[in-house]
Amino acid sequence: MSKMKVPAPPSGAVPWEKPFALSILADMLCIRRMEERAAELYGQQKIRGFLHLYIGEEAVATGALRALTPDDNVVATYREHGHALLRGIKMNAIMAEMFGKQDGCSRGRGGSMHLFDRASRFFGGQGIVGGGLPLAVGLALADKLSSRRALSACFFGEGAVAEGAFHEAMNLAALWQLPVLFCCENNLYAMGTALARSESQTDLCTKAAAYGVSTVSVDGMDVVAVHETVLRAAGQVRELSRPIFVEFRTFRFRAHSMFDPELYRDKEEIEAWKTRGPIHTYSARLKEQGSLSEDEFLALDAAAQAEVETAVVFAEASAWEPVEDLLRDVHTTQGEA
Amino acid sequence: MGRRISYREALREALRDALQSDPRVFLMGEDVGCYGGTYAVSKGLLEEFGPERIRDTPLSELGFVGAGIGAALGGMRPIVEIMTVNFSLLALDPIVNSAAMLHHMSGGQFSVPLVIRMATGAGRQVAAQHSNSFEGWYAHVPGLRVLSPATVEDARGMLKAALADPDPVLIFEHAQLYNSEGELPVDETLPVDIASARVHRGGTDVSLITHGGSLPKALQAAGQLAEQGISAEVIDLRVLRPLDDATIMASVRKCRRAVLVDEGWRSGSLAAEVMARISEQAFFDLDAPLARVCSEEVPIPYARHMEEAALPQVSKIVAAVQAVMGASV
Repeated sequence: MSKMKVPAPPSGAVPWEKPFALSILADMLCIRRMEERAAELYGQQKIRGFLHLYIGEEAVATGALRALTPDDNVVATYREHGHALLRGIKMNAIMAEMFGKQDGCSRGRGGSMHLFDRASRFFGGQGIVGGGLPLAVGLALADKLSSRRALSACFFGEGAVAEGAFHEAMNLAALWQLPVLFCCENNLYAMGTALARSESQTDLCTKAAAYGVSTVSVDGMDVVAVHETVLRAAGQVRELSRPIFVEFRTFRFRAHSMFDPELYRDKEEIEAWKTRGPIHTYSARLKEQGSLSEDEFLALDAAAQAEVETAVVFAEASAWEPVEDLLRDVHTTQGEA
Repeated sequence: MGRRISYREALREALRDALQSDPRVFLMGEDVGCYGGTYAVSKGLLEEFGPERIRDTPLSELGFVGAGIGAALGGMRPIVEIMTVNFSLLALDPIVNSAAMLHHMSGGQFSVPLVIRMATGAGRQVAAQHSNSFEGWYAHVPGLRVLSPATVEDARGMLKAALADPDPVLIFEHAQLYNSEGELPVDETLPVDIASARVHRGGTDVSLITHGGSLPKALQAAGQLAEQGISAEVIDLRVLRPLDDATIMASVRKCRRAVLVDEGWRSGSLAAEVMARISEQAFFDLDAPLARVCSEEVPIPYARHMEEAALPQVSKIVAAVQAVMGASV
């Protein structure tokens, strides 16, 4: 396997006030520590089934979700722990969900892949690649028909662009001029299939542009670039009621899922991308400009780890749903919807 | 009885009512607007309600059914029309993986109040890829409600009830019924239920259990059997999921014999499910083995005589009943 050319690590000044800059770092640390712990808990068989880690990609969800408002809709994939957390689901409820406990955000019925939250308009946690795209189009259609100014942000991996759902969603969103922010997390591998092995056209923006959708591509390891880009894109989506496609060039440092032996890529490539890691490169930039001390970093990291440990205790203590309730929530109880 | 009306007109009046009474309702599908609807069900509605609410879509079943689900999640009450049941296979993913499952896998947080209408069934010589009856497949899926209106009363009334349901409802309109006519009840505003089967014709010797486009055939067979001194009770299932076991079993216990008539293929069919339930719940009330008249196990052929041979027909129903009566112990 040929070694990828990896661009230089993100660098340059961080143009943010210190409190905001540190809160961004805190968010990325929370995702990272939560998922590292989840991987351990998987080894201990506390978490079962599929577990897809976002480690390495934290800058994308962190930078992008900060550009949204509470009225916006968010649709994500099965690699959505970070998006769910930053959208507002309590870490306790996420951890309990991964444990399969009834205090989980989906009552233990969804697990790692199906985190949902009505209050924060977080529509999953979609397990079918590409499946969330038409849903986001429909959510945006509902907003447009109801004259609301919200947008629908849809996260999906580059693997989804091979699905018909991607193409149908692009066409509908552009044809009907719907406020959809298409967020393509291009981590270069669809499970084990490299982009060039699955797509005749590897320039993803070209695909979206073919439908008349405006596009922008950004370094997904650079949380500053991600946030500034999405802030502008989201503004345009809202202002013009039109879809925009954003490609985030990123990389996952861990395997696709806990079942993946990673036979399809070599360690050198992973190590090369780790030099671009979103957390340490961002921290270094903050330190360089005097916005972050080592003590402050350690305090943020300790806070993240403490939150994780609290969540683990909460998940452990949470009850299992009684098996007598097996058939609940197949249909809506009348009056509930 | 009340006003005489066609099945097509009844469906159109139901759509008009829904659009007039709830601003959240809109109709979306291929050629529902400018073309006037493939089966002319939505003819005239574009002029009345405009292109936002009578929304023509591209040939994009996966996309617009998924968008219907999203719009339902976003607070609308979409009615999505799919041209025929065969094309709905392109939208199986959003229907099954999303519409049917979202409520459960979100721990009860999200509901999908979506209505999907589609034409089903054979009998018009449109050959293998436009003639199937897959409603039994959909009836396999928890989280969906599956309706099969066979009468003008149900064509007129079921949509309103479906839209009031907070969960996804699929309505299958048999293509052979669009031109059929019937009389509405005097009080047309009476809501119809979408939970129960109905005894369409009373009888005492055999339960003929059917739905949709096979109901007229079963009724015709019952007429012929009456001339032979056999009293057939005809049950219109109306709702294919959830099945109304109580009405089915009450009829079977009374008649002690049952024949299923269903246009789906025989293997793994809706008929098979109903027969299994009768075996589970009323086995000791039976005087004869259960029987069924289904479509033959072949893609639906084009040539008229071959298509007729592949489908349930009145003569086959009569023969099946006669066999059951002869087999009685």
